[in-house]
Amino acid sequence: MMRTFVVVAALATLAACGEKPQTLAVPKSETAAYTGPTSAFTAHGWKAGDKAAWEQHLKARQQNGQNDYSKMN
Amino acid sequence: MARMKFICDAERCIECNGCVTACKNEHEVPWGVNRRRVVTLNDGVPGEKSISVACMHCSDAPCMAVCPVNCFYKTDEGVVLHDKDVCIGCGYCAYACPFGAPQFPSQGAFGVRGKMDKCTFCAGGPEENGSQAEFEKYGRNRLAEGKLPACAEMCSTKALLAGDGDVVADILRNRVVQRGKGAEVWGWGTAYGSKKAGQAPETGAKS
Repeated sequence: MMRTFVVVAALATLAACGEKPQTLAVPKSETAAYTGPTSAFTAHGWKAGDKAAWEQHLKARQQNGQNDYSKMN
Repeated sequence: MARMKFICDAERCIECNGCVTACKNEHEVPWGVNRRRVVTLNDGVPGEKSISVACMHCSDAPCMAVCPVNCFYKTDEGVVLHDKDVCIGCGYCAYACPFGAPQFPSQGAFGVRGKMDKCTFCAGGPEENGSQAEFEKYGRNRLAEGKLPACAEMCSTKALLAGDGDVVADILRNRVVQRGKGAEVWGWGTAYGSKKAGQAPETGAKS
């Protein structure tokens, strides 16, 4: 009886030492860029929702717009 | 696709501040907040170099590590974004950032520090893509429009490169081969890691 009481008391005492998580759990619901949406400002040449097309379009835009060596040579 | 990266080719930057203007105009950034700025090293001395600096969207972003409310997150493309609804404006990220990217608007009569604002790689924020709410908090979401950051697309000398990291590296490598110099780029190792990442740079070395 005494042993049980000691165990319960020890558990209760130690439980007070536990620290509750304090992180602010806020879900980040970032929508992937390739999903669009399509608007009047959207560049042509790819379809909203098609990830491969979006990636390919950006790479082509990058080469055409920023790599002047590929344009000159 | 590899992750999105920025780099500024100091051999080409002419300190025109076109990138700064493009950014401020595209996102309607308020007075006192500069998401991007041009820094000139050895200004006035022959051989001076200028670089355009903003958030580099680091591989292992220090701002994410120190934020006490965990407001930062990273997209699948490696763009480091933050949630202004969670930010408390403590300023820890500003101390941690090696590029001085986090900006804090002053609000009210007593200049109370507002929520942090920084370059989003023109990728908006957690709000719906292209929405008015997203624009008011973070500016335009050009990535969702199939475009690259306005600063790089506006750069007249194409000194500022932005987009897929592999393509950025290819473009720069080709330039270095063609001109035979300028392989060292400021910030690349600090932002995206290198053999010396996390170690103090050698005296006078570019990191």
